[in-house]
Amino acid sequence: MGQWKQQTLSRKNWMAFTGLFLCLYLVIHLAGNLQLFLPAERAHRQFNLYSHILSGNLIIKAISYILFACIIGHVVYAIIITVANNRARKIRYHYDRRGAASKWYSRNMGLLGTIIFIFLVIHLRDFWYVYKFGRLPMDADGHKDLYLLVVSVYGELWYVILYVICMVALCYHLLHGFFSAARTLGLYHPRYTHAVRVFGWVFSIVICSGFAAIPLYVYCLK
Amino acid sequence: MRIRLKIWRQENEHEPGKMMSYTLEDINPHMSFLEMLDTLNEQLLKDGTRPVEFDHDCREGICGQCGIMINGRAHGPLKNTTTCQLHMRTFTDNEEIIIEPFRASAFPVKCDLKIDRSAFDRVIQSGGFIAVNTGQAPEANSIPIGSPEVEAAFDAAACIGCGACVAVCKNSSAALFTSAKIAHLALLPQGQIEAQTRVRNMVNQMDKEGFGHCSNTEACEVECPQQISVLHIARMNYEYNKAQILKK
Repeated sequence: MGQWKQQTLSRKNWMAFTGLFLCLYLVIHLAGNLQLFLPAERAHRQFNLYSHILSGNLIIKAISYILFACIIGHVVYAIIITVANNRARKIRYHYDRRGAASKWYSRNMGLLGTIIFIFLVIHLRDFWYVYKFGRLPMDADGHKDLYLLVVSVYGELWYVILYVICMVALCYHLLHGFFSAARTLGLYHPRYTHAVRVFGWVFSIVICSGFAAIPLYVYCLK
Repeated sequence: MRIRLKIWRQENEHEPGKMMSYTLEDINPHMSFLEMLDTLNEQLLKDGTRPVEFDHDCREGICGQCGIMINGRAHGPLKNTTTCQLHMRTFTDNEEIIIEPFRASAFPVKCDLKIDRSAFDRVIQSGGFIAVNTGQAPEANSIPIGSPEVEAAFDAAACIGCGACVAVCKNSSAALFTSAKIAHLALLPQGQIEAQTRVRNMVNQMDKEGFGHCSNTEACEVECPQQISVLHIARMNYEYNKAQILKK
C-alpha cells in the first residue's frame, strides 16, 4: 500500500474520489436550498425547520466530517500534484503556443479551485460559522432564523456579484473536473465516455446556475 | 523565400543555453523543415561555426526521432505530422520561426535541439513486452482474436514515441505514451497474462523518470502525429486500478 500512495495515478484517484463526493454534496446542498424559492412566508418557516433538522441529525454530522475531509484532501492532493508537475518541467518554453491544443479551463483547474476555496471560506464564515457558533434570533417556531441571515446577506449587491462570479468559476471547474474524474477512474468505453462528458456539462451548468439563481432571486425579491 | 530563425543553442547538458538569431535567403518552399535546417547548417559550417544539432532519422514520419517545438507548437503548426513532414510552404516569406527543443525534466537537452529520450526506453523495458519465446510466426488463424480488437491494438501500437505528448502537456506527463504501450498489449490475448504486473511496473517507471500527472487536458491527442487516442489513458487507469485492487 505504500507504493499506492506515491504514484501519480493513485494521487489522481484520490482527486477523483474526493471531487465526485463534493459533486454529490453539491446536489444535496442545492436540493435543500431550492426551498428558498418558495413563497417568502413558507420559505421562511420551512427553511429554518430544514436547517434545524439537519443540524440535529447524526448521519448529517458524520457526512459533514467526510465532507470537510474531502475538501481538505482535494486541496492537499491538488497542492502535492501541482508541486510535482512543476518539478517535471523546470525550464519553461521561450515561446509557448501550446494553449491552442486544449481548453483554458482544463489547464487552469488550480486557479479555478483557488477561487472556489476562497469563496468557500467566505461562504462558511457567513453562514455555517454564524449558524453554529454565532448568535441568531429565533423564528416563530423557536428555530434559529437562518432565513433572515440569508436574506440580509444576499441583500448586498457586492456579495451577490461575488457569489455569481464564484459560481462561474465553479461551473468551469466542474466542466473539466466531472469528466476528468471519470477518466481517471478508468472509464474508457467510447460511448459511455461521451455520455459522461455530456452529463458532466449538463450537471455543471444546472448546478451552478441553480446556486447562482438563489442570491439573484433573493436580491431581486428585496 | 526568406526565413528568419530563432534557435535554442546549448553547448552541452551542463551549460546554460540561449536563443540565437539566423537568417536564411532563397529557401525553396518545397523543402522539408529538416532540409531547411540542413541548409542552415551548411551555411554555419561555411562560416566556421558549430552547426545546430537536432534529432532525425527516417525523415518519413515513422521513426519518431525528429521532435522539436516550432513556433510554440510540438512538431509545428500542422496537425498529425512529425517535424520531418512539415514543409517550408507552411510558412510565409520573411516569417520568424522560433525553434526550441522539447522541454521536460525527464528529457534533458543534450545539445541545441537534441534531447535525451531514453526515459521512454526505460518505461518500455519495465514492461512493454510479452515474456514468452514466440519462435516462428504462428499460423494467423490459430490465435482467436476479432478484427476490431486487432485494429484497436494496432492503433495503440502506432505510437512512435516522439515525445510530443510530453512536450505539449502542461504537466510533462507521459500518460499518452505509456498508456498506448499498455493498451496495445492489453488488447491482445498474448498480453493478458502479464497485464497486471505490466501496468504496475510501467506506471512505476513512468513516475520514477519524473514525468508529471495527467490532467486530462487532451492536448497530447491534439499534437500527437499518430493521433493516439486519449482513451488509452482511460484504459491505462482502468488496468492500473484493476491491478491495484486485485493485488495479492
